[in-house]
Amino acid sequence: MIRSISKLLVLCAFIVSMATAAAALVEVKIDQGNVDPLVLAIENFSGNNGKEAGLGQNVAAIVINDLRNSGLFAPLNQNIFLETSRPANQKPNFANWRPTGAKALVTGRIVMQSNGNIAAELRLWDVLSEQQIVGLQYSAQPRNWRKLAHQISDTIYERLTGEKGYFDSRIAYISETGPKDRRVKRLAVMDQDGFNNKFLTAGNDIVLSPRFSPKRQEVTYISYASGQPRVMLINVDTGQRELVGNFPGMSFAPRFSPDGNKVVMSLQNGANANLYLMDLRNKNMQQLTKGSALDTSASFSPDGRAIVFESDRDGKQLLYIMNTDGSNVRRVSFGGGSYSTPVWSPRGDLIAFTKLVGGQFLIGVMKVDGSGERILAGGYHNEGPTWSPNGRVLMFFRETRGANGGPSIWSVDITGRNERQLKINGFASDPAWSPLGQ
Amino acid sequence: MRLNLAKYLMIAGMALGLAACATKGELGQDAAGVVGNGINAQPGTLAEFQQVIGDSVLFETNQTEVNESGKALLRKQYAWLVQYNVTAIQIEGHADERGTRQYNIALGARRAASIKKYMTSIGFTGTIGTLSYGKERPISLCDNISCWSQNRRAVTSVVSK
Repeated sequence: MIRSISKLLVLCAFIVSMATAAAALVEVKIDQGNVDPLVLAIENFSGNNGKEAGLGQNVAAIVINDLRNSGLFAPLNQNIFLETSRPANQKPNFANWRPTGAKALVTGRIVMQSNGNIAAELRLWDVLSEQQIVGLQYSAQPRNWRKLAHQISDTIYERLTGEKGYFDSRIAYISETGPKDRRVKRLAVMDQDGFNNKFLTAGNDIVLSPRFSPKRQEVTYISYASGQPRVMLINVDTGQRELVGNFPGMSFAPRFSPDGNKVVMSLQNGANANLYLMDLRNKNMQQLTKGSALDTSASFSPDGRAIVFESDRDGKQLLYIMNTDGSNVRRVSFGGGSYSTPVWSPRGDLIAFTKLVGGQFLIGVMKVDGSGERILAGGYHNEGPTWSPNGRVLMFFRETRGANGGPSIWSVDITGRNERQLKINGFASDPAWSPLGQ
Repeated sequence: MRLNLAKYLMIAGMALGLAACATKGELGQDAAGVVGNGINAQPGTLAEFQQVIGDSVLFETNQTEVNESGKALLRKQYAWLVQYNVTAIQIEGHADERGTRQYNIALGARRAASIKKYMTSIGFTGTIGTLSYGKERPISLCDNISCWSQNRRAVTSVVSK
């Protein structure tokens, strides 16, 4: 069984797991800051004709890229493979795979189905025990072939780590072009690996801070189209938009409740910004915070019972948690500097934030009681973390300095390892990760 | 319609500027020279308000209170607005890039609210709208304090006379 890796991963994330401590044939050692990625071999998926084989090669390339980018796997270069093909339904000759150092082997087959769909057959093998540990078939419409490949990546990731994957997911973000003082901002969505980019707004108005619905193909964001910034809702498939409440002043910093039925947001009233909760079904508004502070950047706990937010009520930006009805407010950030943009982990155990200290903008996490603060990414300006659906990875944006500077989207593991830039044309900011499969 | 009026005023200002320019060519250093540095700054124009009076109040880092020089500028703005019978203005609050996005939107709004409060306190009786762009519309683009201080601002614009 390739199971002990999951235990280690889970320890790392402060989660108590049900992982069984079975005898380990394959093992990845994950400590804080020291991980040996699991070496595995991923064959091109085979096919009975050039079209199937070509698709099989592309699918394998996506799986290799996904798993490598996670930082937990080291897919081998295919050039060193000793075995490149075998008759259908024949087991791999593991004597050819053990010398490569691969602990796991991925093989597969693509079949074009009579209804026009594509089918992919995945087999995951434990090289040392010579056993098949996954055998699954997927099918999808041809245009969803990348999604199918990401689902295969998720299966492999889950089987080898014991945790859900995050590859079949999307990122809503703000695409930025043009000079810094006249930036054109467009709402866009893309797959988590940067492909299938789609613009949702034309760039005529400033748009900011998109957040994915946990349940539907919807994004809430703010737009200056009416002059004042206002909270909007857009269906990412149809592009249909609607205003979320026609308030006299500014409404901003929206975020969905875990059931997708409500949006928490800031409403500006003169010098004050307070948090409100709108029920999208009946448009009822409930005021959650009162007073003369700037309360903003609210984010729900995954169980929907609490909200973390930032406020300057104690003289600088700090993090607070309250019940969803606005009661029982308590401060949770106590370190030096100031804290902003809190986001509750989908596992419920951590809060990610932007920390301003010593002239730098850092990305960090803390436990929900404020203890155990760890900084994961630093530099001149990092801002706005968003969680991967499995709570193991954060994306955020990083601004470079100066008149020609601009933002780009980066990711980092919650251990602080594996920092990498997402390849996107032009500048990009305000990433927001979708749930898995959305 | 508010924007249209503002646009009209701007176009009127530009037309005056062009006229001044043409006149200057004919009259040499004579009458046109009186305008000094502002061929675009004929009395009563938006250009004059922006360039001669000054439309932007600056703020210290993370501060939203109007300081003494800001108050002095607002009194000059007030005198000009009264002189030209301006009945509606809008205050746009801005923040520098050294803050997070949502907070900066709120911070800019609080700056605009401070200006509104002071303008009201010194007697402006017209309509005052407020708006915040947070850090989304910097005017100074370098990455040091000289630029950030220019970007922490609240800009008064004339909506209607």
